[in-house]
Order: sequence, then structure tokens, then C-alpha cells
Amino acid sequence: MINLEMTQKMMDVKNGMNNMASSMLRPISRHYDEREHEYPKELDVFRSIKIMSRPKKKKEGEEAKPEKPGPKKLGTNLSTVLVIEELCWGDLGMVLSLPNAGLGNAAIVAVATDEQMERFGDKWASMAITEPGSGSDSGSITAKATLDGNEWVLNGEKIFVTCAERADVAVIWATVDKSAGKAGIKSFLVEKGRPGFKLEKLEHKLGIRASDTGTYVLDDCRIPKDNILGSAEVKQSTEGFKGAMKTFDNTRPLVASMSLGVTRAALDLTREKIEESGIKLDYEKNPNNMSAIEKEFYMMEANLEAMRLLTWRAAWMMDNGEANSLEASMCKAKSGRDGTLIAQRCCELLGPLGFSCENLAEKWMRDVKITDIFEGTGQIQHLIVARSVLGYSSKQLK
Amino acid sequence: MEDREFGFSLSEEQSSMKDTVAKLVKSMVMGNPAHDMDEERKLSREVIDKVWELGATVSMVPEEYGGYGMEYSPIMNSIFLEELAFGDMALAIAATLPSTFIYTILQMGTEEQKKKYLPLYCDPAYKACTVAVNEPRFGFDAVSLETKAVKNGSKYTINGKKCFVPMAKDSGHMLVAADADGKMDLFIVDGNNPGLKIGEREKNLGLYALESYPVVLENCEVPADDRVGGDNGCDYSRFLQKTRIALSAIGTGMSRASYEYARDYAKERVQFGEPIASRQSVAFMIAEMAYEVDAMRLMTWKAASALEAGRDAKRESYLAKLYAGEMTMKLTDYGVQILGGHGYIRENPVERYYRNGRGIAILEGMATV
Ligand SMILES: Cc1cc2nc3c(=O)[nH]c(=O)nc-3n(C[C@H](O)[C@H](O)[C@H](O)COP(=O)(O)OP(=O)(O)OC[C@H]3O[C@@H](n4cnc5c(N)ncnc54)[C@H](O)[C@@H]3O)c2cc1C
Ligand SMILES: Cc1cc2nc3c(=O)[nH]c(=O)nc-3n(C[C@H](O)[C@H](O)[C@H](O)COP(=O)(O)OP(=O)(O)OC[C@H]3O[C@@H](n4cnc5c(N)ncnc54)[C@H](O)[C@@H]3O)c2cc1C
Repeated sequence: MINLEMTQKMMDVKNGMNNMASSMLRPISRHYDEREHEYPKELDVFRSIKIMSRPKKKKEGEEAKPEKPGPKKLGTNLSTVLVIEELCWGDLGMVLSLPNAGLGNAAIVAVATDEQMERFGDKWASMAITEPGSGSDSGSITAKATLDGNEWVLNGEKIFVTCAERADVAVIWATVDKSAGKAGIKSFLVEKGRPGFKLEKLEHKLGIRASDTGTYVLDDCRIPKDNILGSAEVKQSTEGFKGAMKTFDNTRPLVASMSLGVTRAALDLTREKIEESGIKLDYEKNPNNMSAIEKEFYMMEANLEAMRLLTWRAAWMMDNGEANSLEASMCKAKSGRDGTLIAQRCCELLGPLGFSCENLAEKWMRDVKITDIFEGTGQIQHLIVARSVLGYSSKQLK
Repeated sequence: MEDREFGFSLSEEQSSMKDTVAKLVKSMVMGNPAHDMDEERKLSREVIDKVWELGATVSMVPEEYGGYGMEYSPIMNSIFLEELAFGDMALAIAATLPSTFIYTILQMGTEEQKKKYLPLYCDPAYKACTVAVNEPRFGFDAVSLETKAVKNGSKYTINGKKCFVPMAKDSGHMLVAADADGKMDLFIVDGNNPGLKIGEREKNLGLYALESYPVVLENCEVPADDRVGGDNGCDYSRFLQKTRIALSAIGTGMSRASYEYARDYAKERVQFGEPIASRQSVAFMIAEMAYEVDAMRLMTWKAASALEAGRDAKRESYLAKLYAGEMTMKLTDYGVQILGGHGYIRENPVERYYRNGRGIAILEGMATV
């Protein structure tokens, strides 16, 4: 059935999380923006909350199936996008710094064996794919893993790793057989402190300064043989790589909902200032008969609503076991781009208030930009959508 | 109220209705028929009758007033309108025109008005009745009308000018939007009322096939009983909400038509040795069209969901129409652009979508959910 009215359950999640965001994140938002690389210790309270967990797998190789959502039960993915929007309305950088909720944790939850779950389930895990020579084209990575007896030997450099310093363990992507192309790419669990595994540096960034982003160098780093995530076998097909990319069908709506939160924060402040100036936003007048500010505000609000509905749809489909790669890329393509444009325009409409660090608007404009970059840039999302609707392969549409 | 399940999928009933309309549109509207209707400036009465025979509107009217007593569903009506507009916007407006009259009386009229007017139009055969909201002036706004209705004893005298009144010549009755002492309201005016002056058929930018007329109300007297809802008038805001959702649904359908046509064309058209769709600058426009069509539809459904839950949809319907207005312009423009010079030629439907598309933002009150 089509029903896009929020249920009471959704409202409860939203309101609860909004309270948390406004009482815990907003008050320290500027503080940590100004202290890049300092861990927001206030986030330790989240350590005990199991954000990323899963029931034990039933059989080897069998996916852990979440319960189907229904009228009383909210699906996991839909509930997560609601949570993330609210928390990011508080502060995106800090949401990326929530202990034990890294992208690496998502990968572990998705593919780890029960035994690996036991060893790594409680750890904070970063995810290291990107290399200096390999960004959007993640299939071209050159970091290497070689089997030597009972150990894997890793070599390579990983950049732009979120939570690089704060994580206890890293999920490192490396190739076991460069000649096999994407089929040779596997991921490995590398604990901090292993000889040959080094955090080389931390970046200074445009925004999300509360989140640490760093470089790992692997220099003959040895890890146990069973620290590999998934099978070691190099199959002829690229199923394994595609499987890893499937994690992103889950996480793209999450990144889109990050944009929703920051964008809404910017719009809320803009609305407050517009209304303080005596203009009433009543959703009634013909757009031709109002000030440019009003019309633009309405249009931005409409865009935010469109971003949100596309995002909720992708999450809802995932909860209901429907294939959602196309919809996941659609929501990220739209939310990353339009969120960025809206946050910029809000600063402009706010005038001096939007340029001054007295307000958070300038910070939101810097923060939201990342949602159009990581986990597949806006262009890459458009490519995925275009290929899908045109029925083109990556050779037919480069 | 009990929580309904939140969800994005069509029910069985909704998808079977969608399929039925889609089939009809595919066989009788898409391609040459829609083009010919536009060129000849005449809708096919046969198609209008066929659409009406599906009974979408009448089915949702209680039996006592001539309907089939099924549950009223603005979401169902939005799906219906999108499918029709996918075929042709002029057809979508004309074929559902009586619905605006019927639903307005049904949901906002007095008991007497329902008894008197609904059976006239809840008929297996299509009978035209229309709506006059738009006014031919700079700065027109549906919430502050220049057409005035002044009460004189048991009558109202209406004066004002209206435009874009679809099928005014054939309509048995007309709902006229007017300012009654500061409150915007709707009046039921008999098509033969001597105070009603219907002008020459209009020539407009788009909707060539839709007969529309300017209407002048000159000391037009209507019985006080024909003020929709009685002495205190009706919920005019709700009337506008329903028409805004309808225009969003129509915008969605037409944008989808533009998108699908351009998408398929781009795969066929070879320049520089490759299909133009294999160039990112074209492919990315197609990708944008794909998700914006979905976004428009979801905005429409979101507003319709609010109505369906019995909630006020003022904000949602306003944003949906604003969005659909802007996006329809953008996507119908993309449609022409992707066809290049061929998009500029009237043989290709994207040309028509581009002209018709401008109407979504401008027009008010010509369709309803
Ligand atoms: C703050 C931050 C945190 C990050 N966190 C992580 C992390 O935790 N783990 C991790 O592995 N990575 C992480 N990344 C890396 C991120 O995923 C990459 O930056 C991103 O995938 C883009 O890669 P690139 O920077 O090398 O850009 P490039 O791939 O060099 O792209 C440059 C430009 O070219 C465009 N482009 C590239 N290919 C195409 C194409 N085929 N068609 C059209 N346009 C194209 C891109 O859209 C972009 O605009 C992070 C990055 C940042 C900035
Ligand atoms: C009213 C009118 C008058 C005209 N007058 C004349 C005239 O007097 N003399 C004359 O010779 N011609 C004339 N033309 C033709 C006009 O110049 C062509 O229509 C125009 O060059 C585009 O070519 P096309 O229509 O074949 O589109 P296509 O070349 O098929 O292009 C279709 C779409 O694909 C895009 N595209 C094509 N190749 C690429 C690429 N490599 N990368 C990215 N995008 C691409 C285009 O930008 C366009 O959006 C006229 C056209 C019109 C409509």
C-alpha cells in the first residue's frame, strides 16, 4: 500500500533522536569544529549502544535476515535513516565519529563469520579502500595481500580513511591477484598495533572537522590467515567485488540522510530568520506574488522533501527485501548535490549571518559538501543511475 | 486514529487500475492520436468516453447520490491522473473535469446540493461540467480573487472575469471561484445563466486540444443556496489542496512521458559514431530526469497520503505543486534538448510536452484528486 504519512513509531524515533541531537551534539558542535583531530569525548556515552550488530548466522554462507517490517514494526534501514537525519541535524562530523559505528563495522556485520564477529564485533572499525591513485575507480586499487604460510602480508597506502586514528581495527581492501582485476580484490581485518601498520598522517579539511580522516601505510604488515573477510578464493567472476559494492546499496541512503540532516539544519535557521523579519510562511500565496526570498525558501524546502522521499524509498525497499541499487544511487545523487546547493544558498540568504562563525550556517555549508563526495561522488551516482535506466554496461557508458 | 503501515508499493487494486488506464492510453492516445488531437485542436470524444466509462470518479461516490459507494482515495486519483497525463495533459484535464465538480459538491456541499447536483453528473455517460478559477490578469492569485460575489437577500450577484475555463460551452454547470466578502468561495452557476458570457475559444501556448474559454460574469445572479457549503461557504483551502495535488500528478505523468521518449531516442540516435546516450552530458540529463520524475510522484503521493489520512495537506500540496511546476519545465526542456533540432519539430511529442509543461505552475483548479 502507498502511505507516506509518518507513523507514530517513526515520529517517536525522530523526536527522541532530535532531543539527543539538540541536547548533546549541537552544544559542542562549534567547539570541536575549532579543535580538529581532538576526539569528542562526549561521544563515549554512545560506546555501549550497539548501533551495528546482528544475530548469529544460521548456516555458513547464509545471510542474516532481518525481520520483515510491518504496521507495528519499523524496518531497520528506514529507522536508521531517520536516526541519522536527526543526529546530523545536530552534527555530521560527530555522527561520523560515533564509536563502533564506522563503515568498517557495516562491512563486518555484512560479511564476517560468527567467529570473526566474536573477535571484532565489539571493535571500532574503519574502512580503507581509497588510495592516492585510486578514488572513484575503486576496482583499480594496488594495495597487495600475499599469502605466506599462515599469514597474509599486506603492502600499500590508504588515504582519506574516516576514523583512521580512533578505530581499533581497519578493514583494508587489497588485491590478492592484480591480474584477476576486480575478482582479486578482498578485504582484510587489520588490528591497530600490528607491526608494519602505521597511521601516517591526519588531514586538515574543509568541513566535518570533528571527524578524523587519515592515511594508513602498510609495510610488510602480517595478519593471521583468517583475518580475511569473506572467501580467499579468486573466482573468475566479479561476484565478490560486486558483493562488496552491495554494501553501498545499504550505505548510500545513509549518506543521503546525512545530507538531509545538515540541509534541514540550514533551512531551519533560515526559516527562523525569515520569520523573525516579519514574513509569514503560510504555504498559500501564488509564488509570483511573494518576495524572492520566500519563493526560494519554499523551493528549497520542496527539494529537501524530494531528497527525503527518495531516501526513505531506498531504505524502505531494502527493509522489504527489494533490490534497490538504482534507488540508492538516485537518493544519493540528488541529496548530495541539492544539499550542497541549499546549504550554500542559505548562507547567501542569511547575508552577514551566513558568513559569520557566530552562527553554524557557514559550518553546515562546509560539512554537507562531503555527502556529494564520499561513498561514490555525485558523478558516479549519476553514472550508476544512467547505466541502469539505459540498460548500458560500463563499457557502453564510460 | 490507528497507524497505517508506511510504504511505497502499490496495492493490488491500485496497480490493476494503473494497468487498465495505461493500456487504454497506450492503445488510444500515445503517438499519433495525441499528436493529431493537438494539431486538429480537438480531443477525441471517444477516448474521453472510454476514460469516463472506467468509472474512477463515480465509483467513489456513495450510492445514494448515484455512485458505487467505494472508498474515496486521493492516492488512487493521483495514480489515475498521472497515467492519463502520460498520454496527454489536455486529455487528462478534459476526461476528469466532472470530477472536480463532483468531489467538491460531495465533500463540501450541503445535503441539498449533493442531492440536487451529484446524480446529474454521476452518470455512466460523460457530461461536461467545469470550474472557473483563473483570472486573466497580472499578479493573479487563487487565494485573492478579483471576482466578487455580493449577497442580495436570497441571491448572490457575481462580477468578474475568468479565463482557461475548460469546455465552458458544453458544460451544464460551472463552479465559479469568487471573493464573498473577503472569504474565497465557490458558487454553482448554471451553464444557461444569463449573467454568464462565454467568449471565443482561447488560443494558448499549450493544451491546443483542450477547448477552453474566457468567461465574463456580469451581474450574474445565483441563488444563495448555490454557494457551495451553504451560508458559511466551503473549505476553499481544501479545494485548492486537492487541485494542487492533481496538477502535480499531471506534471509527473507528462514529465515521465518526456523522460521515456528522450531516453529511448538517445539510445537510437547515433552521432559521432555512437548513440548520443553514451555521452555523459546526455546520459546525466537522462539520469536526472529519472529520479526527478520519481521525486515528483513521491511528493504527490505524500500530499495525497495526508488527505487520505484525513489530515490537512496545505503544506505538502503547496510544495508538491511548486516542485512539479519547476521540475516539469526543466524535464520537458531536457526532452526537447536531447532530441536537438528534432525536438523543435511538432512531429515529436517532446515539443508538445514543452508547451504544455508551462501550464503546471500557472494553472489552478482545473483538475482534482
Ligand atoms: C572526508 C573524507 C572521508 C573519506 N572517508 C573514506 C573512508 O572512510 N574510506 C575510504 O576508502 N575512502 C574514504 N574517502 C574517499 C572518498 O571515497 C573518495 O574521495 C571518493 O570516492 C572520490 O575519489 P577521489 O577523491 O580520488 O576523486 P576522483 O575519483 O579522482 O574524482 C575526481 C572528480 O572526477 C570525477 N570522476 C571520476 N571518475 C569519473 C567518471 N568515470 N565519470 C565522470 N566523472 C568522474 C569525480 O566525480 C570527481 O568529481 C573519504 C574522503 C573524504 C574527503
Ligand atoms: C528551426 C531550425 C532551423 C534550422 N536551420 C538550419 C539551416 O538553415 N541549415 C542547416 O544546415 N541546419 C539547420 N538546422 C539544423 C540544426 O543545426 C541541427 O538541428 C543541430 O545542429 C542539431 O543537430 P540534430 O538536430 O541532428 O541533433 P543531434 O546532433 O542528433 O543532437 C541531439 C542531442 O545530442 C547532443 N549531442 C550530439 N552529439 C553529442 C556529443 N558528441 N556529445 C554530447 N552531446 C551530443 C546534442 O547536443 C543534442 O542535445 C535547423 C534546425 C532547426 C530546429
